[in-house]
Amino acid sequence: MILVIAEQKDGKLNRASWEAIVGAQQLDPSAITVLAPGASAASVAADLATASVKEIVTVEHAALEPYTPDGFTAVLQDAIAQLAPTHVLLPHTYQTRDFAPKLAARLDRAIVTDVTAIKKGGETAFVRPMFQGKLTADVVPQGPTPHFITFQIGAYRVDQVAKGPSPAPVRSLTVNADPSKIRQKPEAPFQQAKAAVDLSQAERIVSVGRGIKEQANIKIAEELAKALGAELAASRPICDSGWLPMERQVGSSGQTVAPKLYLALGISGAIQHLVGMKGSNTIVAINKDADAPIFEIADYGIVGDLFEIVPAMIEALKT
Amino acid sequence: MKIAVCIKQVPTREWQPRLDDTKTWIREGDASFEMNEPDAYALEEALRLKEKHGGEVVVCSAGPARVAQVIREALARGADRAIHVEDDRLASADAFVTAAALASAMQEEKFDLTLTGLQSDDQGFAQVGVVLAEKLGVPHSTIIMEVQVEGANLRVKRELEGGWFQWVAMPLPAVLTIQSGINQLRYATLKGIMAAKKKDIRKVPAPPGIAATQKIVNLYVPEKGKKTQIIGGSPAEAAKALVQKLRDEARVIQ
Repeated sequence: MILVIAEQKDGKLNRASWEAIVGAQQLDPSAITVLAPGASAASVAADLATASVKEIVTVEHAALEPYTPDGFTAVLQDAIAQLAPTHVLLPHTYQTRDFAPKLAARLDRAIVTDVTAIKKGGETAFVRPMFQGKLTADVVPQGPTPHFITFQIGAYRVDQVAKGPSPAPVRSLTVNADPSKIRQKPEAPFQQAKAAVDLSQAERIVSVGRGIKEQANIKIAEELAKALGAELAASRPICDSGWLPMERQVGSSGQTVAPKLYLALGISGAIQHLVGMKGSNTIVAINKDADAPIFEIADYGIVGDLFEIVPAMIEALKT
Repeated sequence: MKIAVCIKQVPTREWQPRLDDTKTWIREGDASFEMNEPDAYALEEALRLKEKHGGEVVVCSAGPARVAQVIREALARGADRAIHVEDDRLASADAFVTAAALASAMQEEKFDLTLTGLQSDDQGFAQVGVVLAEKLGVPHSTIIMEVQVEGANLRVKRELEGGWFQWVAMPLPAVLTIQSGINQLRYATLKGIMAAKKKDIRKVPAPPGIAATQKIVNLYVPEKGKKTQIIGGSPAEAAKALVQKLRDEARVIQ
């Protein structure tokens, strides 16, 4: 049995949970259980039940609220003991990174992180980037099961989820955990900047790189984003210069995104940037350098001056 | 306060990957190495905490003989002494093996606080800090952007996704994984480099019998992605054609 651990916050499902379900369906579509942890799990259960899976299990427990790695490890340790899966699949979110290695270490079971694909064969291998994406490795987890697998955001597309003919059954699971053993005391999450956005949930993104040349030029990218109904993002050098706030940074040190449309303006495509956006559905690159690596992963490209092309695009979008 | 910093030596950013004959690991002889960037930020944070609260900073690294280079560098930047868990097999070890090797050497030291980078630029597991905390039996928090120590307690700013942050309190001892950019890095001074030569590096063997939890069966240069449609013409023509394709072909805009 394959166990997918979905992620939700205040009853809102993290989109990456669907990608983990796609991974499960590729691994073994016949026996998938999706576990939704947390006090608002019931409100995402019906949504999750539309996927072609065997069942949805909700787990509510005082140790899950608010999120702490100690609490999640204790609750999921017991849930896994009861459900006895062969694989535990999770999206490679910040929250997963915070507790999943601890959970795997507690159970002394292998955990393969940041997986982008599954290769089935004599022994199933999990494909993951190494050396900043310069190399790719096929990795086989060793030792007794369950094996833990976390999927890179954008490894699969949400629309790849196979839906079931009728909703999967939902049941709640009772677990034992001692909330008094939790050592972390979290305070309420806050946003540093007022206009902060969660880029990982954006459907369309216009992203700017060094080719934008100066801060004053950000405005034309902003206008294009507005015309496309897109969020504005940037590569690291732009945020390091303070031209856009840090939370709009896409890449290995910023956010990983997988929107329907990713439009890269003046971004050459250093690997640190590519790992953060290559899972996007449609990638457009506008760059004056025809050899820029961004063109290797783009679906559409225009080689030219972005200061001419962007205003023309804004104009074309009006019709 | 007794602070440990776990650092890893990784290939430089400019390194062009070449594979060894097994096609399951890199040709180490061809690579040049440097301190893993997030670990450098963890070291800097440790040095700042020591300047504020006193105590000592101990650098811990698990790897083959070559990692002595980054240990010396850390000592030159201001760390007081070092522990080197030395074993050739640690060069390509998985996170559980690395964490077990570090834990075996660190256990008896009873550090108040252990810092390390959030992930390494080589295998990029993003696991060692968290697994180490579990093995040492202490609490942890990850992707940290600010560290406050008050007596026996710790309050840290944890980065969440999408521009969100959260303060988390926990008792010491603890393990934190540090995010790049938390501080401004210092570089070693000539005086620091000279002083480092006299600092103690304790070498310890890797504990026997740690089983690998994952096996690389194939390592390769990523396959090239998709075919790009390059749209030509004047800027106005290309822009118009692109908008039309995004609407009618890709159907990603209205």
